[in-house]
Amino acid sequence: MLAHRPAVGVSAVDATVLEVRNLTTEFTTKWGTVRAVDDVSYSLKRGETLGIVGESGSGKSVTALSIMRLVPSPAGRIVGGEVRLNGRDLLALSEGEMTGVRGREIAMILQDPMQALNPVLKIGDQVAETIAIHQGLRGKALLEKVIEALRHVRIPAPEARVKDYPHQLSGGMRQRVVGAIGIASQPSVIIADEPTTSLDVTIQAAYLRLLRQLQEEYGLGIVFITHDFGIVAKMCHRVAVMYAGRIVEMADVGTIFDSPLHEYTKALINSVPPLEADLERLPQLDGQPPLLHDLPPGDAFAPRSTLAFTPEDASVRPELVEVEPGHWVQLSRPSVADFDRYAHLVSYG
Amino acid sequence: MAELGTTDDVALRVAGSAADLDPIIQVRHLRKWYPVQQGFGFAPPSHLKAVDDVSFDVAPGRTFGIVGESGCGKTTILKLFLQLEAPTAGQIIFEGEDIARMTAAGRRRFRRSVQAVFQDPWASLNPRMRVADIVGEPLEIAGTMSRRQVRARVAEVLTEVGLNAYQANLYPHEFSGGQRQRIGIARALVLGPKVIALDEPVSALDVSIRAQILNLLVDLQKQRDLAYLMVSHDLATVRYMCHDMAVMYLGVVQEAGRVRAIFDKPMHLYTEALMSAALPAHPGLVRDEILLPGEVVSPIDPPAGDVFMTRTPLPVDPNNRWAKERPPLVEKEPDHWVVETPWSLTSSRSGSLSG
Repeated sequence: MLAHRPAVGVSAVDATVLEVRNLTTEFTTKWGTVRAVDDVSYSLKRGETLGIVGESGSGKSVTALSIMRLVPSPAGRIVGGEVRLNGRDLLALSEGEMTGVRGREIAMILQDPMQALNPVLKIGDQVAETIAIHQGLRGKALLEKVIEALRHVRIPAPEARVKDYPHQLSGGMRQRVVGAIGIASQPSVIIADEPTTSLDVTIQAAYLRLLRQLQEEYGLGIVFITHDFGIVAKMCHRVAVMYAGRIVEMADVGTIFDSPLHEYTKALINSVPPLEADLERLPQLDGQPPLLHDLPPGDAFAPRSTLAFTPEDASVRPELVEVEPGHWVQLSRPSVADFDRYAHLVSYG
Repeated sequence: MAELGTTDDVALRVAGSAADLDPIIQVRHLRKWYPVQQGFGFAPPSHLKAVDDVSFDVAPGRTFGIVGESGCGKTTILKLFLQLEAPTAGQIIFEGEDIARMTAAGRRRFRRSVQAVFQDPWASLNPRMRVADIVGEPLEIAGTMSRRQVRARVAEVLTEVGLNAYQANLYPHEFSGGQRQRIGIARALVLGPKVIALDEPVSALDVSIRAQILNLLVDLQKQRDLAYLMVSHDLATVRYMCHDMAVMYLGVVQEAGRVRAIFDKPMHLYTEALMSAALPAHPGLVRDEILLPGEVVSPIDPPAGDVFMTRTPLPVDPNNRWAKERPPLVEKEPDHWVVETPWSLTSSRSGSLSG
């Protein structure tokens, strides 16, 4: 069993690169104001990969957009909290200052490389744009830097590839170009939002391996947003499970897989069919992911729980509590195993 | 050893067929070559060989899975199977009759009996139609029921897939992804089909919903003895859902047989590579990743010999027969078929490592 997967290249000093505190983001919709991210806090160390797992509407992607300050405005706005990148609060920066941070200190890799790349520009020019903006290089020096960036993401024959257009590359190679743009300025944090969902399995495996190598080379902190516990098992050091805009459970990857406390975490892990064994019946979690404009008051997970929620249990908004060092869970009486052991930690216990 | 794919022997036993079950659909030597024009005019015509000599059976109560990466031809097989495209060569035999030679009445029977559930329930349901009309449309087209009967049948099918009859009056946008996929399944079921083609039926859905839909499909199959043809890129889903399977690469079946046998002992290096690349179910599970050199080559004018030749980690002798000529699927063990060349088998890899 893997109890602890240490982050790579972490020195003895506390090397927190990203700290999110009480982040709250709201959207104005035709159904009224909805809270897509509700009081989310986590931190990321240098060389560490934090997985943010959730279903549609869980707020996992909006958390990422909030950190990048790319929440579509005016519909969406960050209403509270702090995002500290290397000690600086990004939410306090002006838009101009933020432009300098985005892409240089923190970069984002999106799901669909075809949407992230401009189809009518050569890939070399697209990588060059980032490098030119952030490092002020031109001419031959710029071209060399571009080729070096492409070589770093293991694109074969980068000297020839710089003249290619995105459609001339395979999906895996396109995603590598996006990666090259992402790491070109050697950011300290990369936010990867389901970067491999559109890729084939063997291409996905190669891309994940590349991300890990880059992490080791640069000590990158990675926030990996995914719906797939397989990716979490393969890539992450720590995991935060989100539901209805909130973190329901957060711990190191070994704890999440071996001794999860929240019913939702367990259900998500168990509902993935295993490759190594025959299964008579796949355990299933009933119900649908909640709609943010129609959240049940109190415990958002209560309607999907198979356990006995009294109306009173369901009406309580569960607190996220650190039950063991580094293991956080939303404590609600019915859906957390061994609740009585931790009951003293919450006021409503 | 029996050979498949090179003879037209009537008695051939086919990859994945269960000897004790009469297949409802037999696919024989199916080919789909798309002509492509490269360059200007005078070059000889090239062919994109999307599906090249594929044979398999689908039996009642069983699921046949086709796995492979994009470009392997699995989706083209579904299109041919659903008669959305005409094959270049080969037959699809439904209840003993070649569908290419069927009468108009036979074709109608085929269309009623063979239905499909598609990958993306956002794209596959008409947003301007009410659920009642989406699910009832096949009945309207069949034209054998009165309005009232159609309405009653729609309500019945909706209940069977886990929706409420009153939801028939709603539009697709009023449903979540999982519920939409249930609507798609209801539409496929409404005519009482014998065969359903499943095109990645859960890959667009949320994780917690996938198990619900997979279990629903399993239950419906058991209740109605349905035959499923499922296309997927996800090996774990195939293992859970399928009884028999084929692994495809570049339009050609590389390995086929019982699901359990293939997972217990993959014989083809490509199958083994796919399994090794699959994501682990636990962080403690670290697989030895088998990396195949090179990239998927273009299906336009693929090698005349073994299509896997350019991806194998083992040495290829260019003078070997299978470097020039397409190797057949060989039944190495009962109901376990594989393309056998000196460079394609997992057993030759371990042999070369120890030797």
